[in-house]
Amino acid sequence: MPGKHKPTLAVWKFASCDGCQLSLLDCEDELLAVAGAVTIAHFLEASSAVLPGPYDLSLVEGSITTPHDAERIQAIRKNSRFLVAIGACATAGGIQALRNFADVEAFTRVVYARPEYIQTLQHSSAISEHVKVDFELRGCPVNKAQLLEVISAFLHKRKPNIPPHSVCLECKARGTVCVMVAQGIPCLGPVTQAGCGAICPAYQRGCYGCFGPQENPNTVALSAWWTHLGVDETAQQRAFRTYNAGAQAFSKEAARHG
Amino acid sequence: MDDSAKPRHTRTIRVGNLARVEGEGALYVRVKGNQVEEVRLDIFEPPRFFEAFLRGRNFAEVPDITARICGICPVAYQMSSCQALEAALGLEVGGQLKALRRLLYCGEWIESHTLHIYFLHLPDFLGYPDAVRLAQDQPERIKRALQLKKTGNELMTLLGGREIHPINVKVGGFYRVPRKAELLAVRDKLEQAREIALETVRFVAGLNFPDLKPDYTFVSLREEGAYPILQGRIVSNRGLDIPVSAFEQHFQEEHVPHSNALHATLSGQPYLVGPLARYNLNYDLLPAPLQSLAKEVGLGPVCRNPFQSIVVRALETLYACEEALRLMGEYEEPDAPSLPVVPKAATGAGCSEAPRGILYHRYQMDQQGLITEAKIVPPTSQNQKMIEEDLRQFVAAHLELPKPELTLRCEQTIRNYDPCISCATHFLRLEMEHET
Repeated sequence: MPGKHKPTLAVWKFASCDGCQLSLLDCEDELLAVAGAVTIAHFLEASSAVLPGPYDLSLVEGSITTPHDAERIQAIRKNSRFLVAIGACATAGGIQALRNFADVEAFTRVVYARPEYIQTLQHSSAISEHVKVDFELRGCPVNKAQLLEVISAFLHKRKPNIPPHSVCLECKARGTVCVMVAQGIPCLGPVTQAGCGAICPAYQRGCYGCFGPQENPNTVALSAWWTHLGVDETAQQRAFRTYNAGAQAFSKEAARHG
Repeated sequence: MDDSAKPRHTRTIRVGNLARVEGEGALYVRVKGNQVEEVRLDIFEPPRFFEAFLRGRNFAEVPDITARICGICPVAYQMSSCQALEAALGLEVGGQLKALRRLLYCGEWIESHTLHIYFLHLPDFLGYPDAVRLAQDQPERIKRALQLKKTGNELMTLLGGREIHPINVKVGGFYRVPRKAELLAVRDKLEQAREIALETVRFVAGLNFPDLKPDYTFVSLREEGAYPILQGRIVSNRGLDIPVSAFEQHFQEEHVPHSNALHATLSGQPYLVGPLARYNLNYDLLPAPLQSLAKEVGLGPVCRNPFQSIVVRALETLYACEEALRLMGEYEEPDAPSLPVVPKAATGAGCSEAPRGILYHRYQMDQQGLITEAKIVPPTSQNQKMIEEDLRQFVAAHLELPKPELTLRCEQTIRNYDPCISCATHFLRLEMEHET
């Protein structure tokens, strides 16, 4: 429609594996429709055409781990009408938040002959620790159907429909027999937010928590069950300290073990 | 006035943020008169410390964790991890479990190569900023490309649970193996994908390629009786032929100030890994019809033009479709989804062919199966020195080009490698260093 403003979409990357923004390119059936509904104004992985801001919707992947990135996210926030953090790195510091439990400087000296070349922060932090975020989409990686839902919701100025309940409900909906009850396989599903479609139990293994904590998780009860199954303390700590180690409910529970 | 009209002066090419590559990098080239004075591929992607925090993790967690190094080639990380740990534990995953791993890897090759060919690389050749704008003029071509890519993803989802960071890979095999009927359900789609891949080979072979034929040292795996994907010996076109366990005796890494990725060398010299290297070292292992096709489209048994890597990628995509169909046809459900694993104190190395080239892993673990040391060398750190060398040669040979054109061609030269910058900056353990 002539004269009608087509919303602009920007995709930004911080410390990450690129997997969450790849999810957008993996929407093979919807990609061209999305591209028709928005102007892709900044998406370096996909395009060398870069338009100046402000941007209607910014999707931010990755965590903040360098002084430069801590400044860059401020500029992106100022230039974005809505800012959505996507994936475990952007919402909880990601796998690289495992550094938060070590001394990064000593660490760098150990593994690098030239630590002076390296600029890095002691912590890997979520985007929301630096700027206001309008929505956080969980997952390592994000689920592409949920990603489309979030984009669509913001373009239509409504709240995204992303359920906060646990993976258990997805297992039930899928008809998967509980691996923890039936087979004694340790599973983080009862405390992990749904979104993946409960794939791990469907493949005969326990959930390892890549979507982070559900709303009000009872991690203490789950740990007691894991102890009953014979999982030792250090293994329980590692389970809560993996892809969402920086998420509050998981980091608190991890601190109780080990 | 155009810069090329004053060749005695210093010219610089700066690309602050490279687009259509995975991860964050920049380019800096300085030319004085007719001399290329400095070429730098700056990698400022932040480090992510994987090797360090793998220490203390249980071996069984490793393939899930290393998958997170890269969203584009997670299967490569899972396969190299598993094989390194299985080598340490003295396990040989063979038969249908090995075939299923190859099948999963075929899915990743199809998905990753198609992404690179159509979305990252092709727009350069046709003068578009991206595939979406290209789709406005050639919608059918991009729709077919998406269909091809989707088939690769469906294969990964079927065998791995999801396409990014698959959940079904474990040390010793899989958590669950598919029923034969589940595999056959994607057969028709793969047959269509094969047709699209064949079209792709013919189409990209007709693009215009700048003339550049460096005398590369190619390095790839050489797998017994099959085009290399999963494993093999490490070979070069200069006589190197070593088991994976000898990698660190021949390859070194150094830390340079401008890059958060280490630079690897083979006995001090740059070398090239990836599709071009695989093709040149394993042409004889391609099925005869693919060899004929390669000849027909003008590749021949030796291809040294880095810009033609897009043709080799297309050929490998076609190979992966055909190989997947073959593996599906021969599939019999194995008795168990994995071999039993008993941890012990041991060290092992593994290497597989990521879409971008060889990916080396080594782990040491204690008797409880906890990792005490990890080393991972991704393809992009191995290629980084060669990328800079290609840029140096390309700029020296094309000083007459106007600056915008030269800049574009330099970016294209980098994209020939499909560099995976996030992979290269997960932080490597430093083995050696050249003092300046």
